[in-house]
Amino acid sequence: MAGFDKVVTSYEQAMAGLEDNMTVIAGGFGLCGIPEGLIAEIKKKGTTGLTVVSNNCGVDGFGLGILLEDKQIKKMVSSYVGENALFEKQLLNGELEVELTPQGTLAEKMRAGGAGIPAFFTATGYGTLVGEGKEVREYNGRNYILEESITGDFAIVKAWKADRYGNCIYRHTAQNFNPMAATAGKITVVEVEEIVEPGELNPSEIHTPGIYVDRIILGTFEKRIEKITTAD
Amino acid sequence: MALSREQIAQRVAREFNDGDYVNLGIGIPTLAANFVPDGMQVMLQSENGLLGMGPYPTKENVDADMINAGKETVTTATGAAIFSSAESFAMIRGGHVDITVLGAFEIDQNGNIASYMIPGKLVKGMGGAMDLVAGADNIIVTMTHANKHGESKLLEACTLPLTGVNCITKVITDLAYLEIIEGEFVLLERAPGVSVDEIKQKTAGKLRINGDVPEMQF
Repeated sequence: MAGFDKVVTSYEQAMAGLEDNMTVIAGGFGLCGIPEGLIAEIKKKGTTGLTVVSNNCGVDGFGLGILLEDKQIKKMVSSYVGENALFEKQLLNGELEVELTPQGTLAEKMRAGGAGIPAFFTATGYGTLVGEGKEVREYNGRNYILEESITGDFAIVKAWKADRYGNCIYRHTAQNFNPMAATAGKITVVEVEEIVEPGELNPSEIHTPGIYVDRIILGTFEKRIEKITTAD
Repeated sequence: MALSREQIAQRVAREFNDGDYVNLGIGIPTLAANFVPDGMQVMLQSENGLLGMGPYPTKENVDADMINAGKETVTTATGAAIFSSAESFAMIRGGHVDITVLGAFEIDQNGNIASYMIPGKLVKGMGGAMDLVAGADNIIVTMTHANKHGESKLLEACTLPLTGVNCITKVITDLAYLEIIEGEFVLLERAPGVSVDEIKQKTAGKLRINGDVPEMQF
């Protein structure tokens, strides 16, 4: 690597430095926009005790779900997790901990974390189990709870295109949590469908500026679909 | 007769105004998109980051990168915008979405809603529901009036863990259209052929009835 060139050529390089008990923030919504190859590399590495921050935990046999197979995840921070039997089993066994977090609060925790804001007040969850034990403050007659932001040792992100400097563009709704995840990792690794030369992407159309990105790897994606619904 | 799922959705759609941005939850709320009155423009928001959700794609146009919050493959409507989850919830939490429609297990006369968790059963999570109910001024809940044992789901106080407090103003059930005003369910319309007595009997919360209650027309 030289200068701003952040491209790595192996998954070992992409995930180098990931150790047991670290926190990994992952982009994706369901199976849409997930860094498939980076997740596979974590499985291959066998890292355990991970705290994974992601809206969902994949499905049985795909996405983050594969990290459950060898019990690599200690704790999930997610808004919705019901899609895998293995998750349910490990949760009921007490092998896995889950911190259910409202989806918008989760997105904002990542955004704030990456933006250097340690906590924020939100009305979401006030008066519910989510608000229990959290500081409450009233503004203009409404109650808000204090939520702490999240940063990770690693962020794993899936983008459509990136240039070698790490400027990224996402495709359609595969954007989702990826831009926030990208800002919130001490080391941010982006797996992409296409790498282009600096200058090829329109600067006005960059979703994630390269400053947030540490490593880029070219991936191949299965892009499994959770629910195929058609008009036919 | 109690309303069908489609009729509930049809009644929901009558609450839409031309130019509304609307978030529809999974299930009956989603069906309301099929009943937007002719000549009216409504833009559907999907909280995974899509404003201007279109119909399901044809088989050839299925795209793994184009899904809605229910993880179904969809298309974009003309004039759609796609953005991040943080942006999506900024518009939800910030009160920019005009109408939110979602289902519930229970609601109560103080506008509290319980919709995501039944203790003792596996909890899958609240997804975006807590943000949606905290952010919208105009929330419509669709649900059956009573559970399958005939027990009311419109209560004095919710018994299940809450999704949000003091946030629900309108309820459309299979039996009636009600608004929650000052700690009471106000009965405004009844399903065709459903008596006020039946609604009374199936509403455990405080119910106000002002004069004759009109039947919904379909």
